[in-house]
Amino acid sequence: MSKLYSGAEIVFKCLKDQDVEFIFGYPGGAVLPIYDELKNHSSIKHILVRHEQGAGHAAEGYARSSGKPGVVLVTSGPGATNVVTALTDAYMDSVPLVCISGQVPTHLIGTDAFQECDTTGITRPCTKHNWLVKDIKELSKTLHEAFRVATTGRPGPVLVDIPKDIQFAKIKYTKPKKEKKINGKLHSNFSQDEINELIDLIAKAKKPVVYTGGGVINSGPEASESLREFVRIIGFPITSTLQGLGAFPGDDNQFIGMLGMHGTYEANNAMHDCDLLINIGARFDDRITGKIDEFSPKSKKVHIDIDPSSINKIIKVDLAIVGDVNEVLKAAVKTISLKKNGFKNSNKQNVSKWWEKIEKWREKDSLGFINSKEFIKPQHAVQRLYELTKNQDTFITTEVGQHQMWAAQHYKFNKPNRWMTSGGLGTMGYGLPAAVGVQIAHPDKLVIDIAGEASVLMTMQEMSTAVQYNLPIKIFVLNNQYMGMVRQWQELLHEKNYSESYSEALPDFVKLAEAYGCKGIMANNPNELDHKINDMLEHKGPVIFDCRVDPDENCFPMIPSGKPHNQMILGPNDKKDKKITGKGKALV
Amino acid sequence: MSNPKSAYNIPTKKSKSDTHIIVVWVDNEAGVLARVVGLFSGRGYNIESLAVAEIDATKNISRITIVTTGTPQVIDQIKLQLKKLVPVHKVADFKREDKKVIFKEMALLKVVGNKNKIDKCLKACKTFNPVILDKTKKSVVIQITALRREIDKMNKKLKSDGLVSTSRTGAIAMTRGSEIFK
Repeated sequence: MSKLYSGAEIVFKCLKDQDVEFIFGYPGGAVLPIYDELKNHSSIKHILVRHEQGAGHAAEGYARSSGKPGVVLVTSGPGATNVVTALTDAYMDSVPLVCISGQVPTHLIGTDAFQECDTTGITRPCTKHNWLVKDIKELSKTLHEAFRVATTGRPGPVLVDIPKDIQFAKIKYTKPKKEKKINGKLHSNFSQDEINELIDLIAKAKKPVVYTGGGVINSGPEASESLREFVRIIGFPITSTLQGLGAFPGDDNQFIGMLGMHGTYEANNAMHDCDLLINIGARFDDRITGKIDEFSPKSKKVHIDIDPSSINKIIKVDLAIVGDVNEVLKAAVKTISLKKNGFKNSNKQNVSKWWEKIEKWREKDSLGFINSKEFIKPQHAVQRLYELTKNQDTFITTEVGQHQMWAAQHYKFNKPNRWMTSGGLGTMGYGLPAAVGVQIAHPDKLVIDIAGEASVLMTMQEMSTAVQYNLPIKIFVLNNQYMGMVRQWQELLHEKNYSESYSEALPDFVKLAEAYGCKGIMANNPNELDHKINDMLEHKGPVIFDCRVDPDENCFPMIPSGKPHNQMILGPNDKKDKKITGKGKALV
Repeated sequence: MSNPKSAYNIPTKKSKSDTHIIVVWVDNEAGVLARVVGLFSGRGYNIESLAVAEIDATKNISRITIVTTGTPQVIDQIKLQLKKLVPVHKVADFKREDKKVIFKEMALLKVVGNKNKIDKCLKACKTFNPVILDKTKKSVVIQITALRREIDKMNKKLKSDGLVSTSRTGAIAMTRGSEIFK
């Protein structure tokens, strides 16, 4: 008879069979048996965070930078509720997470026991799927299923709730069965006809644009290679969503910058005026489309996505190809070289006039700003950070707000999985713990959290985690003493009534860094910026960099809410006739 | 465009809401109804009626029948979102006007009154397969099976003839002929 294992042992056997190396977690009463078992499994390292939300975001950073699922371990009740923000964040941005939560013993469920909450009920709308394991016989099957659901199709978070008595109960362990496609939840059955139709549209297009999203990154590094090949063959301009940055080189001439609310003038105008729009792994998010009725009115639209429910959800498309981005792009490239002789003759001439127009838009230099000798301009700070780090393989995380948009606009990414930001949910406090997770996955790489002073204070406690595990993350705080994006919207929409958006009573970030046992650096003056950034980069341990920037700077260009792509505000002098009025005011 | 998925030419603003009957085959496990219903409430879809019961005890399959209204785009989203749920096996969608599909609801009507009134009620129910489940000198419980709007009508009509209590199921559906939905 084979050996009997406790539920806690089975958890670790499953994690090992899934090649898990790191768990981000926080102990508590209902997961003590699992924590007790930790000592027997040296191949799995536990990273102790300081708050369960931090565990979730760290696992997200780990997953997004490595392509492997992030694993979170939390206790029942408050442990589980604290991780809800991170689960929702991962759900919105399609990040594979497996969250294991403890639960009160099965006989106490429903009695309002100490630290009991309806974890599966609470997390049902913010996970791909969740399970409450009420029978030890179900445990190993459920855990393996959890990994499968999290990582296949459109990735996302899952949660497995394990009552404490199940962690103690004993049973035999069964290895996971070979993957088989069940339930039709995997979709990559596009047809060659659809690819042919795509190629026909490409061959006919005079004013095309390729619009890529996080789906390209989620499809794996190979998908980025396929995308580069595809876009170079067809010679079309390419723009990217916030989440898609890095799939195509940011410094390439074919790349016309990020699109959307704070995207470039050329990208948004190209979206508006194009006659063919090829969406690859993006979901027509409202930050991208602006006013739906006037979104890209003259174009044929193609949508390539692995999630069938993304098709026609917001924007109706003419050709939908449901499948994995990499497979679709590979099929497209193959078809082009077979049927169209690699577009060697006609295609580039077809679009040459369109490129001339795009170059005209480019001349507007919509990301430009007026630099100052007195204040550090935040855009300048990001540009200097980029120039001083571009020769290394750098990983950037961000919080949420103005600094996030400036980072997206001015930091150029050349590889996928180097850019981790909370796009869908917009979670302030994401970047610092995410940087912890990224550094865990890439211990020898440079990891920088481009942060705002308000956001970073939401999860500042994770500096302790960074110090404990000697993770040399660099927290580059663009400190403008405001919740900058809130202030910007109050300026545009609420007659400069800066209600509660001033960061009063800020800590001294240098002293705060020292209190955590790491290095603090403060820069106040454009002249000292470069050498202070270099000081930060040269320091071997974690650093908090307090970069005091111009508090009044706004993030431009901007599509005001409720406006279409071709009505952008380009800069501070351009907003007079583009005031947000009527319905636009009520939008987010 | 020849592609059936092409829908851009369907104007979104003018498209009106239709009533659809959505049938969902799910694993009969804890919380599955909450997942389906939560999807509807979370995404702002509307549920007019709901019927659910296990239909295959060996395979543990339940059949959920939901009557909902929405524009073609919303109905499409409902189906696609339902298909993403892990315990969902298949999703069928029928328009209420569809002649190839049978829709039925059941109602229990309690009528209190003299013989005259009771007889009047029974007569009115005649076309809806009335079954008398309980009868006393001054009351009757009648079971009828009919379409939703027919039950609506009866419910209104019989109020003046002593109808004191109505209990009704959600609609259930079945295709006509030998074919089954795969």
